[in-house]
Amino acid sequence: MALDPLLLSRLQFAWVIAWHILLPALTIGLASYIALLEGVYFATGKEIWFRISRFWTRIFAIAFGMGVVSGVVMPFQFGTNWSRFSDATANIISPMLAYEGLTAFTLEAGFLGVLLFGRNLVPRWAHFFSAVMVAVGTLISTFWILVTNSWMQTPGGFRLEDGRFYPTSWMEIIFTASFPYRFMHSVAAFYVTTGFVVMGVAAYLLLRHKSVAEAKLMLSVTLWLMTALVPLQILLGDLHGLNTLQHQPAKLAAIEAHWNRETRAPLALFAIPDQKAETNHFAIEVPLTGSLILTHDVNGEVPGLKDFPRADRAPVAIPFFAFRIMVGVGLLMLVLVGAGTWLRFRRRLYDRPWFLRALMLASPLGFVAVIAGWTTTEVGRQPWSVYGVMRTAASVTPSLTGMDVLISLAGYIAAYCIMFPAGLWLVIRIVRAGVGTGAAPFGAGRPAQPVRPREGA
Amino acid sequence: MIFDFVPIWTLILGLAVFFYVLLDGFDLGVGILYNFASSTHARNLFMNSIAPVWDGNETWLVLGGLGLLAAFPLAFAIIIPAVYFPILVMLLALVFRGLAFEFRQRDREHRGFWDHGFGIGSTIATFAQGVVLGAFIQGFQVDGRHFTGGSLDCITPFSLFTGLALVFGYSLLGACWLILKMEDRLQTQARRHARLAFLGTLLAVGLVSLWTPLMDSDIAQRWFSWPNIAFLSSVPLLTAVLALLEWRAITDEKTQLKPFVYAVLLFSLSYLGIAISLWPMIVPHHYSLWQAASSPDTQIFLGVGTLFLLPVILIYTGWSYWVFRGKARGDIGYH
Ligand code: HDD
Ligand code: HEM
Ligand code: HEM
Repeated sequence: MALDPLLLSRLQFAWVIAWHILLPALTIGLASYIALLEGVYFATGKEIWFRISRFWTRIFAIAFGMGVVSGVVMPFQFGTNWSRFSDATANIISPMLAYEGLTAFTLEAGFLGVLLFGRNLVPRWAHFFSAVMVAVGTLISTFWILVTNSWMQTPGGFRLEDGRFYPTSWMEIIFTASFPYRFMHSVAAFYVTTGFVVMGVAAYLLLRHKSVAEAKLMLSVTLWLMTALVPLQILLGDLHGLNTLQHQPAKLAAIEAHWNRETRAPLALFAIPDQKAETNHFAIEVPLTGSLILTHDVNGEVPGLKDFPRADRAPVAIPFFAFRIMVGVGLLMLVLVGAGTWLRFRRRLYDRPWFLRALMLASPLGFVAVIAGWTTTEVGRQPWSVYGVMRTAASVTPSLTGMDVLISLAGYIAAYCIMFPAGLWLVIRIVRAGVGTGAAPFGAGRPAQPVRPREGA
Repeated sequence: MIFDFVPIWTLILGLAVFFYVLLDGFDLGVGILYNFASSTHARNLFMNSIAPVWDGNETWLVLGGLGLLAAFPLAFAIIIPAVYFPILVMLLALVFRGLAFEFRQRDREHRGFWDHGFGIGSTIATFAQGVVLGAFIQGFQVDGRHFTGGSLDCITPFSLFTGLALVFGYSLLGACWLILKMEDRLQTQARRHARLAFLGTLLAVGLVSLWTPLMDSDIAQRWFSWPNIAFLSSVPLLTAVLALLEWRAITDEKTQLKPFVYAVLLFSLSYLGIAISLWPMIVPHHYSLWQAASSPDTQIFLGVGTLFLLPVILIYTGWSYWVFRGKARGDIGYH
């Protein structure tokens, strides 16, 4: 089999971005959480908040470092492997990416140093301010990158000339049809993902009788937040789906594995979609619910894949299953949060080992949903890189050979297979060691210079 | 068109790349010298002297890359594929080097691995950037709007040599940073490293300056034709003067800041020299800055924001350098 540079480039992109997204999913949530903890500590002066914040800052530092190095890889992918995409769309997407750099990455980087290393060097308010700035930076970053992605999903505000895109309205480019939904659903996803990590860690500490006071506080606060956010996330997902039906019908038909346009459509809970025969095998369907969920009306009409030429259809099975994994995770989270709230009202939240163990096992669930959700989104967009306008096959760098990409892909696989297990292991170690004692530095101020560290310290 | 934004973008991008070279230049340079650090204590201090700022420094790489995409997308779409492997190698090296900051603190069992990741990673990343620079000066095989050569075309004796030259250059910046940040024995050692790196850099810059016009008659024409030679000869002359000052500053035990300042000035002159050789081409021999530019709407939309944001960025970046001013310390951190 000849090596196909297009297929390999797609695999490479999927590999590097899927790993990258896991880190923002955690750091965006943690940055806001740390800002919250620092804020309460700043306002109340209670040391317990400081200890919890210091604990999560250690984990944040590792995740952030990994986020940065895997992030720096990303923009270069556009040039190395997707040069024709870059040449064609640069007029539109480059300002979005550049504004991300100018408004977000510099902000995060500028204040990160002070957040991590500056506690004894600046006044308390300046340290708190730095925490807030880092959190704001991560959210601005999310804004711009999702603007870019949403434009690729539901492009607007442009005209075509010789196969290249030219801007006609920046407002329409930034606020495309799918952007508000994608932005809200993604930010909520990152908060939920982080929330389940925090609750999982708290549960672990409680089970081990370690740092008990801190763990209780973490669990209690986070559970309140999740009680609000998980239902909200499901609602936002539902709205996102309605939006996709309207603007990317071919994607939606793939997500639902619907072959024929119909009213009063059923919902497939499970099926093995068969792209060639244009049908599903072993389908388990619930009558009418398809129309009900997708259009909020039992008589609603939903599109089918046969509405679209074969060459314009996504590979059905991948978005179909990925979507079901995500929704499954969402429902599971809802059950857990419900159980937690019920235990809380019965004042049994901290002493039911089965529940704490369940929370521990649930801590990676958010990441699973995030990857599944993005797979739905991106594979569902195929065969387009700019939906309905520019094909993925026409986006790839023409000079690349299959061997070139195979080598680079192997390089990324090797590097990430070292980085991610190592990072995970270090985080686990931090968690095992517990929150730790030790008081906050008394007051703040610059120790007199020069400070000579002891030899061999 | 009412107003030509291309010169402004040339300036902005030129500045962004220059900032990158200076800022990541000194911290990659510290990374190169890390290979020669004599003790764990020295390595700790080296690391601490750049830990709070390296992320910000590396962000300029992202800004430079995105700036090229935004202002001169055709150049981005031709050049980046042409240097596919050097870019790959640089990115992978930066991964390990970037991780080392946190991981060597936390992962004491494998500290040796992360130490090497940092030292060797910094060296390889620098070398790869130098190869990119050399390949860029030499130019690429282009047809229409695409690079049409092979992915290994960029590896030539010249580009390998510029790779080496950049390793010396960044080491010089790194050593001068260490003179500023270290004390006593470590400072003396930094001065010794600075002397070696300086001699290497000088030799390399001289060779590249001779090699380039020999290789490329357009560039020879640019420098040696009358009347250009009359005022362009000021560049090598100034370089010679600065080189002398730099040598004296490095060897003078009493000055700490001057070596860094002169090194920066030396870098700006080399940078200027390259710019003079290539102007006004952004894809040498094929496309000029104007031909490769993005649409005027794009340049204006991004340009206005950039001109407003750059000063703000410089202010808070400056503040964070200010917070960590003074000698590197073993006692900062949240660990
Ligand atoms: C914690 C993570 C998480 C959870 C619990 C859910 N999602 Fe989600 N979902 C995401 C995280 C996510 C995501 C990773 O953030 C995506 C990928 C792109 C996007 O906009 O958000 C996504 C995409 C995405 C899409 C694709 C839209 C498109 O691009 O066309 C739909 C229709 C939904 N979601 C709907 C739901 C529903 C109905 C859920 C309720 C159970 C749900 N999601 C739970
Ligand atoms: C093609 C897609 C992407 C590109 C080109 C990209 C680019 C980058 C770059 C260059 C960095 C390093 C910044 C630095 O030096 O400080 C980075 C980090 C980051 N990225 Fe991405 N990214 C992509 C996808 C995403 C997505 C989908 C999100 C979130 C929705 C995201 C959010 C972040 C955040 C918050 C950081 C800061 C570091 C961290 O929190 O881990 N990125 N990204
Ligand atoms: C962070 C979460 C994301 C994940 C997990 C993800 C995943 C993927 C996957 C799996 C593919 C390959 C699809 C296929 O070829 O079948 C892909 C393609 C691609 N995605 Fe995403 N993506 C994410 C976000 C983004 C963002 C934010 C952007 C834009 C800034 C983006 C731009 C692209 C591009 C340019 C391609 C290659 C061309 C194409 O296949 O359309 N992605 N992504």
